[in-house]
Parts: sequence; C-alpha cells; structure tokens
Amino acid sequence: MSGNTLECADLRKAYGDVVAVDGVGFTIGAGETYGLLGPNGAGKTTTISMIAGLLEKDGGTAVVSGREVTTTGTEAKAAIGLVPQDLAIYPDLTARENLRFFGKLYGIGEDLGKRIDEVLEIIELTDRADDYTKEYSGGMKRRLNIGIGLLHRPDLLILDEPTVGVDPQSRNAILEGVERLGEQGMAVLYTTHYMEEAERLCDRVGIIDEGKIIAEGTRRELVALVGGRDRVSLETSGDPSAAEPAVSALEHVESCSSTAAGMEVVSVNASQALPDIVLAISAAGLDVQAVRVSEPDLESVFLHLTGKALRD
Amino acid sequence: MRTALTIAVKDLKERLRDRSAIILAIVVPLGLAFIMNLTIGPAADQTFETTVAVHDADGGQVSEGFSAMLAQVEQIGFITVETAASEDDARRATTEGDASTAFLLPAGVSDAIARGEAASIQVVTNPDQPIGASVGVALAEGFVAEVNAIRLSAATAIALGAGDPEGLAAAAATEQAPVVLGRADVEGRGFDFATFYANGIAIFFMFFTVQFGVLSIIEEREQGTMPRLLVAPISRSSILVGKLGASFVMGVASTVVLWIATTFLMGAVWGDALGVLLLTTAGVLSAVAVASAIATFTRTAEQAGAATAFVAVIFGVLGGVFFPVTRVSGAFAAVSRLTPHYWLMDGFKRLSAGEGVADTIPALLAVLAFAAVLGAVGLARSRDLVKYS
Repeated sequence: MSGNTLECADLRKAYGDVVAVDGVGFTIGAGETYGLLGPNGAGKTTTISMIAGLLEKDGGTAVVSGREVTTTGTEAKAAIGLVPQDLAIYPDLTARENLRFFGKLYGIGEDLGKRIDEVLEIIELTDRADDYTKEYSGGMKRRLNIGIGLLHRPDLLILDEPTVGVDPQSRNAILEGVERLGEQGMAVLYTTHYMEEAERLCDRVGIIDEGKIIAEGTRRELVALVGGRDRVSLETSGDPSAAEPAVSALEHVESCSSTAAGMEVVSVNASQALPDIVLAISAAGLDVQAVRVSEPDLESVFLHLTGKALRD
Repeated sequence: MRTALTIAVKDLKERLRDRSAIILAIVVPLGLAFIMNLTIGPAADQTFETTVAVHDADGGQVSEGFSAMLAQVEQIGFITVETAASEDDARRATTEGDASTAFLLPAGVSDAIARGEAASIQVVTNPDQPIGASVGVALAEGFVAEVNAIRLSAATAIALGAGDPEGLAAAAATEQAPVVLGRADVEGRGFDFATFYANGIAIFFMFFTVQFGVLSIIEEREQGTMPRLLVAPISRSSILVGKLGASFVMGVASTVVLWIATTFLMGAVWGDALGVLLLTTAGVLSAVAVASAIATFTRTAEQAGAATAFVAVIFGVLGGVFFPVTRVSGAFAAVSRLTPHYWLMDGFKRLSAGEGVADTIPALLAVLAFAAVLGAVGLARSRDLVKYS
C-alpha cells in the first residue's frame, strides 16, 4: 500500500449513451487538498459519487486508506466523510440531534458527545446547537452540512461544491475551515467550478471536462501549460485600432486586439512591456485612461485547454 | 439492528414533531369515527316502532280475533296499539301523526263474514309514516287473508256435506297455523355502530398512517439526506428495516390509541385484547407491505402518497370498512375477500362479538398472507427504493 489516502484509477460511468466519466484517475495524499475543477456537467459529482460508494462504477477502482470502495461495502466508507452539494440535514432536528444521529451511524461510541461539542465549535454553531435547523440561515445550514462530514474524523473528506449559494461571509468561513482540515492531516477532495476557491485551497488541481481529466498539477504547473502569459487590458480614448500595428511590433508582446473600450494585449512579460505599450498608444494620438494587468490563472488555463470559460 | 433502531428512533422523533402525522394518524380518524357514530349510529341503531289506532264498532268474533292478532304483534314490540273511542278519533290520530295506521272495524262485520256476505275492514294510513303505514296494511292484509282462508275451508267442508257452518268456522279459527314466522336476533354476532365505525376507521387509517415511514425513504432522496445515509458504513437493509420499523410503530400506536379512545369515548366493544393486538399487528404489517410495494413503483413522495391513498380507499370500500359487506353478494363479495380490510373487519367483528383469538385465525392468516406476498414484492424491489437518486 502506498501512502496515498485516495487512489482512484480509470473510473468510468455512463448513463445509456451518455458517458459521464471517462477514465478518471488521481491520487490524494494525507494532508493534501485536491481540487476537481470543471464547469457544471463536467463529471465532478459523478466522479465523487463513485469514490464515496454512492454509485456503482462501470469500470475502474477507488481505494480509500487501502480499502476498495464499493456501494455495498462498509469498511472503506468508514474512512470517508461526504459533504454533498445539496444540504443533507434534517430540518425537524436540532444541529446537535443531526450530529448525534450521524455519529451513531458511524459507530462513534462514548466520545460522541465530546466530538459533537468539538464540531459545533469548529463550525461556530455552539450557541445555536439546540435550535431546529429549519430555523437556520443558509450559511448556518451549510456549516452544519460540513460539520456532519467531519464528525467521525474521516481519512478522506469529500466536499462537493460546498459554497454554492452561500453568502460571501459564510463562504469565507467555510474556506478557512477547509484550509485548517488540510493542516490537520486530512485528505480533502474539493470539487468546485469557482476558480478562485481552487487556487486558494488546493495543493493540486485536476481540471475535468466532459468526463475526462484534461490537466493536473499544482497551480504553477498548470499555469505553465499556457506559457505564463500576462494579460494587459487598456482603456483608451479614440480608435485604439490606430495603435495596433505599433503595439503588436513591441518586444514581449505576443498579440493585441482592439476592443470597444480599448485594447487587450497578451504579453510574455507585462511589467517590461507595459511602458512601451503606453508610449506606442500615446504616439498614435490616443490617451491611456486605465490599465489592468492580469497574471495567468486557472480560468486562463481552462480557457486555453478547452476553449470554454469555466462558468459556461 | 442497532443502526435500524437509530434510524427508526430518528424518524419517529421527526414524525412526532410533524403535527400533520399526528393529525392524520390519530386526530382525524378519531374525529371521523366519533362524528359517524353520532350521525349515522343512532339512525341505524334505532328499533322500528309504530303506533296504530283501532276503532272496533263491531265487537264480534272477527273483530275480537283482529284485536288479538294486534295484541300479539304488540307483544313482540313492533307496534303500540291505541284504542280509539270513535271512527273520527281513529282518523284524527293518523292525520295528526299520532298513529301511522287506523283500523276501522264497522258494526256487523263479524256477522256478515259468518253469513258469507261481503264485508270490509277499513285501513287509514298516514303518508308521513310510510314504513309504519306499510306495516299496518300488511297486518290487515294478513288478517283478512286468514279470515278468507277460514271461510273458504268452511265453504269447502259444507260443500262436501258437513253441517253446522258456524261450528266449522269456530273450529277453523282455533286451529293453529301450520307455519308461523318467528323473530330472533343472532346472539352476540350483531355489530353496534360505534364498534363498526371504530374498527372500520382504525383499519382505514392504518393504511394511511404507515405511509409516513415508507414515504420518508423517498423524502430522504428528495431532501438530499439519502447520500449521507448511503455513504455511512451501514447496510442498505438496515436503512430499509429502520424506516419500515418506524412505519410499523406509528401504525400500531395509532390503532391502539383509537382502540382505547373509542372504547372509552364511544363505547365501542373491541373484544379480546390479545386478539385485537394480533390483528392490529398483522394489519399494520400488511399496510406496511402495501405501502412499500407501491413506493417501489413510484419516483416521488407525492406519487407514492397519492397511489397509496388510492389503494387504501379502494381496499377500504371493497373490504367493508364503510358499510358491512356481509350484506352484498356475487362478484363484489368475492373481490372483497381479496383485500386485507375484509379479513381485518371479519376478525375484529368476531372479537367484538365475544369470540376468542382462535376464531380469528383464518382472518389473521389471510392478512399475514397478504403482508407476505406484497412484502416480498417490496423487498425484491427495495433497491429501487433505497437508492442514491
């Protein structure tokens, strides 16, 4: 057995003629947070459903802490915590009762009361622990949703888009919580279509599209795939196309195109190219009114690899 | 088993907090049984009685015979006979509603009959009391038919050479009728309405109450908690057992509450306690089996609820929870026996009539067979129930 908490290989799932997951495989080590990044319908939820033992696999394997995951087996499942995308809590029970119920299902014995108190503290619901969850705000429900997944201290925690529909404040609290999990040695599989969440949380990211992982690595490794190009957006007066030939000819400029507001320039080194770009535009008789430089991100990577935006 | 118990306890806790479940399981059936007993019960339970008025202006042998016949019927308890001083009084009694029928025996009617001449007994009826009036007419017709039979017998005997017509008539009048109608209640097997409706409503709602647990399996899918149950280190069968166990407890508890409440509030007689518990257990098992089998063929809790309610109503009507199916025959009676409701009603009826547990064994076996068959269907298809999506 390797040191990986999760090892999945060649996972496949089809619904009739529609192939939802087509040969997906990756590993997650203890203490590592792995992001599965892709647009809606890319196959993220189907993939994690197979890893969690919710869905029968058409092919491939998923091994958690050395135990093969199946839909009927219970050993591997004991090592998995799942935070489903949809809220999975009982509205007519209190937070404490929800936690106690799931804790019993996971066979937590004498420690259950103590664990519940710990989790309530982590998700900051101690004060409202004995209120019915139907009286909670959306953010509080989301935090409890995560807390239930954490209760039995799983080796692998799977979070399926846990911040969907959450207000910015609660979202930040959730992200901070996930950051702490990795520090505590838990392996985390985090699916999202929010590029910024993947960049902030994940040690490694797998980019999934149409059921396949099309790229995988650290943020730096993935950005390198698109050549590390910066994007310079300029707002100008007048017709920016007049400056296009001069800007295109500059050193460090790969391409430039006019837009309604000004000019978009792709540069291999924006900090060195920017003064020359501004001078060239001024020489064409135009004023530069605003400049924004964007470093390459996972959005750019996804765009580069698929030709689509993540939110498409 | 411990896991199933955990799930059952959680479900019951939710149901107890969900007032609609309590309302449907206890309040509505109890209220319905109580209202039906108040409205239908007294009317159906009433013993038929009517008052007839008699004015005898004759005072002869025939009119005495008529009065004697009425006195006999009065003893049975159907009618009350009032003697009217005059023909007008008798007629007034019917027009004013004090009597359903007035019998007017004119002077000389006995002599006329003895002489073989035409004679008549007048019957005045009150149209507002049609049943009593019909009974009055029937009594008069019966008497006249008997008198005519006697006169015919005497005439035949005379024609064959017998003398003394008056002696023959007197002898014929004292002769006992060869066939008489008797009336008796079947002891102990009668159903009083309070008991009938208590049993019927309990059985009817039993099939509604249990659907809460079964539907909660589908609701777990709809509210998103099923993935959490399926990813927990527990078997799918323990989820099923826990859910159906909660259904079973709800069904039994609801029936027991109705049993106790209808006994003390409505005076229903359920009979042998062990027998009631055994029938209730078998009935709830069959109800759980019906609900779970139906649920495997539906996709949403709404569909499952509607389908279960439909089947519960059809079974209820066919099985005689609203009216006694012992009064119907033919195909309906045959189809009725294919419902657990029929056998439950039969079993409860026997218990309320004072019979013992042994007498309900055929009903118990029939209900359990029903539970076994539909339970097998539900179990065979349970993967369609306890599933991810």
